[in-house]
Amino acid sequence: MTVKEIFETMSYGPAPESSAEARAWIASHKGTFGHFIGGIWTKPGATFTTTNPATGEPIAQITQGTQKDIDAAVKAARRAQSAWARDSHARARVLYAIARILQKQSRLFAVLETLDNGKPIRESRDIDIPLAQRHFYYHAGMAHLMDSELPGRTALGVCGQIIPWNFPLLMLAWKIAPALAMGNTVVLKPAEYTPLTALLFADICADAGVPPGVVNIVTGDGAVGEMIVNAPVDKIAFTGSTAVGRRIREATAGSGKSLTLELGGKSPYIVFDDADLDSAVEGLVDAIWFNQGQVCCAGSRLLVQEGIADRFYRKLRTRMDGLRVGDPLDKCIDVGAIVDPVQLASITKLVTDNPEGDHYRAACALPTIGNFYPPTLITGLSPAATLMQEEIFGPVLVSTTFRTPAEAVEIANNTRYGLAATLWTENINLALDIAPKLVAGVVWVNATNLFDAAAGFGGTRESGFGREGGWEGLQSYTKPATTGKALKPPAPFPGQGAPADPLDRTAKLYIGGKQARPDGGYSRPVHGPRGALLGHASLANRKDIRNAVEAANAAKGWAKTTGHNRAQILYYIAENLSARAAEFAARIDALTGKGGKAEVDLSIRRLFTYAAWADKFDGQIHSVPIRGVTLAMKEPAGTIAALCPDDHPLLGLISVMAPAIAMGNRTVIIASDPFPLAATDFYQILDTSDMPDGVVNILTGSHAELGPTLASHLDIDALWSFSSTDLSAMIEAKSAGNLKRTWVNNARARDWTGPEGEGRAFLDAATEVKNIWIPYGE
Amino acid sequence: MQTETIDIAAARQLPQVHLPRNDGMALDLDWVASVQANTSAIERRAATLPGRRSVKKDWQAAWLCKAISLIDLTTLAGDDTEGRVRRLCSKARKPVSRDILEKLGMTGLTVGAVCVYHDMVAPAVQALQGTHIPVAAVSTGFPAGLSPFPLRIAEIGESVRAGAREIDIVISRRLVLTGNWQGLYDEMREMRAACGDAHVKAILATGELGTLRNVARASLVCMMAGADFIKTSTGKEGVNATLPVTLTMIRAIRDYHDRTGIKVGYKPAGGISKAKDALVYLSMIKDELGDRWLQPDLFRFGASSLLGDIERQLEHHVTGSYSAAWRHALA
Repeated sequence: MTVKEIFETMSYGPAPESSAEARAWIASHKGTFGHFIGGIWTKPGATFTTTNPATGEPIAQITQGTQKDIDAAVKAARRAQSAWARDSHARARVLYAIARILQKQSRLFAVLETLDNGKPIRESRDIDIPLAQRHFYYHAGMAHLMDSELPGRTALGVCGQIIPWNFPLLMLAWKIAPALAMGNTVVLKPAEYTPLTALLFADICADAGVPPGVVNIVTGDGAVGEMIVNAPVDKIAFTGSTAVGRRIREATAGSGKSLTLELGGKSPYIVFDDADLDSAVEGLVDAIWFNQGQVCCAGSRLLVQEGIADRFYRKLRTRMDGLRVGDPLDKCIDVGAIVDPVQLASITKLVTDNPEGDHYRAACALPTIGNFYPPTLITGLSPAATLMQEEIFGPVLVSTTFRTPAEAVEIANNTRYGLAATLWTENINLALDIAPKLVAGVVWVNATNLFDAAAGFGGTRESGFGREGGWEGLQSYTKPATTGKALKPPAPFPGQGAPADPLDRTAKLYIGGKQARPDGGYSRPVHGPRGALLGHASLANRKDIRNAVEAANAAKGWAKTTGHNRAQILYYIAENLSARAAEFAARIDALTGKGGKAEVDLSIRRLFTYAAWADKFDGQIHSVPIRGVTLAMKEPAGTIAALCPDDHPLLGLISVMAPAIAMGNRTVIIASDPFPLAATDFYQILDTSDMPDGVVNILTGSHAELGPTLASHLDIDALWSFSSTDLSAMIEAKSAGNLKRTWVNNARARDWTGPEGEGRAFLDAATEVKNIWIPYGE
Repeated sequence: MQTETIDIAAARQLPQVHLPRNDGMALDLDWVASVQANTSAIERRAATLPGRRSVKKDWQAAWLCKAISLIDLTTLAGDDTEGRVRRLCSKARKPVSRDILEKLGMTGLTVGAVCVYHDMVAPAVQALQGTHIPVAAVSTGFPAGLSPFPLRIAEIGESVRAGAREIDIVISRRLVLTGNWQGLYDEMREMRAACGDAHVKAILATGELGTLRNVARASLVCMMAGADFIKTSTGKEGVNATLPVTLTMIRAIRDYHDRTGIKVGYKPAGGISKAKDALVYLSMIKDELGDRWLQPDLFRFGASSLLGDIERQLEHHVTGSYSAAWRHALA
């Protein structure tokens, strides 16, 4: 075209970014890579090819890891860990150096990322790489502050980290920066499709002064990932699909390995009728056409208020036609290539298999080679449609309409996932009302896909658990410095003596604020240490659990009560318990033979602890680099089930119940297995303390029998086990069904009478951190 | 997007021949009230656009030539003289040195218009005789717009009689700041009527309107009252044309077009002095409004120093060597 012709058509021309430097770096490794273990490159083994998804051209040969490689990497990491954990300031310097080098080499990283992954150079250059740098800068600071700000916390040890192909370097940074900052060493596997930036990162580790063995990078497919999961590491951090996350949950169950999972999503994008519609349309470009829609938190489910839907869809279709799809190394391209033909085929199949609704494909030209899929909008779907429920992981937006804010929330939350949500409205009342009601770890108000190292990212439900970034992210890479002794299970006392009190007393279950007979119609005698029959305890079964969970879930209003209100009720419980202290002390003495008075006294204190905390466990406002606020709100986890410690019949119950309800959760509590009767007396206290029905449900029975039902229940959000029956492995494995959060004792004892019997660990377990991003400005 | 074919050279100077003028519509206060502009989202779009769009090599040269054809070459200084205005007009006829234009195959390129104060209209018209370059006059008590209303209306008539084919009026900012949309509509209507066949550009003085929401609403009211163009600034406010303001105004233009089928023009003015900035503006117009708006009947840059920077970039394109300001003729 001549200048004159362009002058007349005003078309966009090619604006290619050179890939020469990236190719030169690959060539410097002779085009074939080994692993990076113990600070050195291993000889390449059996290799596979990584290709440029925009052209299909092979770019490098990558080694498929073996069990021997993983063993060597874990060993190197283990050897390096204690020295690395010793000096926080030294770690800060190294992390700072990594950040500086990432910055100095930013264009090389960006081009390499685009070559390997297919994302537009605009994104790798302006988003992925700067955010990765930011994570290292931020966590350099966290390393430095660890000693003063996280007293009593220590590194986990060796972390196995498995990352996905959609943000290769950024996910590496999210994983490695906090792990290293807290004194851990890592064995990281980049995704099979996109290993190159991780390998370049390995190259710069030495320049940054990372000691050998602190960062180990091994490459390969899912089989290698599995080897890492099963290796003797202390933690697994995984980002990827929900299906694989579930398998990892099962595989690590009972191993004592710490686990964080950042999984799939089908995040709602809600547009209210008073929104700035043009800005909301533009937001969708960054929500679902960012990185070709291959984003776990993509705003992929568009919910539009009915009255504006036609107008909004019209604007959206026009905008879609203006998207430029093509060579991702072109600086004027909006949508690049899908990462691999397999992914392209999976997107294509999902869409063609589900012709329901009105399918609109953007009227933009697609390249003739490479893995490209057109931006697509599917309207007129109902929540029941497959495409409204299944994650597509491609540039396909699905949509339905709603009538009222309440209906918007209902549809938004009608999903197995809970990763992110976006809402658009100019009404601050509406925004701040809706944001807390959305089941998601991250909510963006009048914006979308904003990320920063200072704000935690992560989900709930089947989007996984754990947070990456912010203060909340450090939880996932540290543990308490103390470890408990092995737990000795107390056995119930035998006996066949006549009742001490001739009046028959069979304690019932406590469900929905009412005493309920056990569904199975069985109970068992409870004897004192000298064999006296103290009474009968009901034996709950799976149906009683079902009823208790239903009662708990019906008590949703509890989450909305104020902290002050909850504190008042906890104080009231303490007051009523104090009034009957002597009676409870006698009951405990009769059950366990000792320490009743002290235990009641401690129980009252513990109620005071959580009454105190109820209105003080504040969220934070994170310092993110935007004009706006990011509120890290602490929300109740939901319905928490707990298997009480066996050794303290009353204090154990209070220790799990009080933090849970103080934070606004509803509870299903299984009393001490051998000594259940203090718990059943306790519900009389609840009855007189203004506790709303269903907030606390108390069951008695066998932990071994009830545990599996709780663990596999799909409507329980978190399960804690302090039982001396060894249920940890079973609970973690069965929790994979809905990926509920679990907190198990791994058969270690906890001193319920001391400081580890209460405090922040319980409050953290009882809450989820939701980051709500609110940019502002008029 | 419009597909009509147009004679570019003629359209450059005589837009009214090709598109129906905006006759306006009844003031629709419900529509005005429903207008929203989310500042932080608009700023994000504006901030990321330069990273999303890039034109290189021949495309850059062609786009820069396009920018020249869209310039309202402007002098609005207290010390303007007839001699100064003649110099400006001669630059308007020959904005780029002949040899550069020949190498680009772009001979005959001129700027979009010349923009002056009323007293300079007649000398400018005279100096541009034989070309199709129109003369635009700033009017209505420019820049503050606070002279008596009848005098402001009369000033328009004077400039039209003196030969101005485009009148850049300033709105009364207080009407926006107090939410007096009816007042703004009536004022704009009268000014439009006073222009007769001359096209009217409504200067919103966006730097004095307080919020983007006000900018969006004022844009809409001026279009309802018949503005042919809406324009950001006089160039005399503390803040003049910006990308967020541009995005807000052109989205209002887009909505007005969607609703009425009428295309209203846009003119950012003040503060656009770099070739690179001009390219960003053009890509924003192209992506948000469409290619049809990249013609002089629907888009102008109000600028005085932009041309000089573009000339240097064009010379660099042609020779491969970076240029110097003194190698190019003064305005």
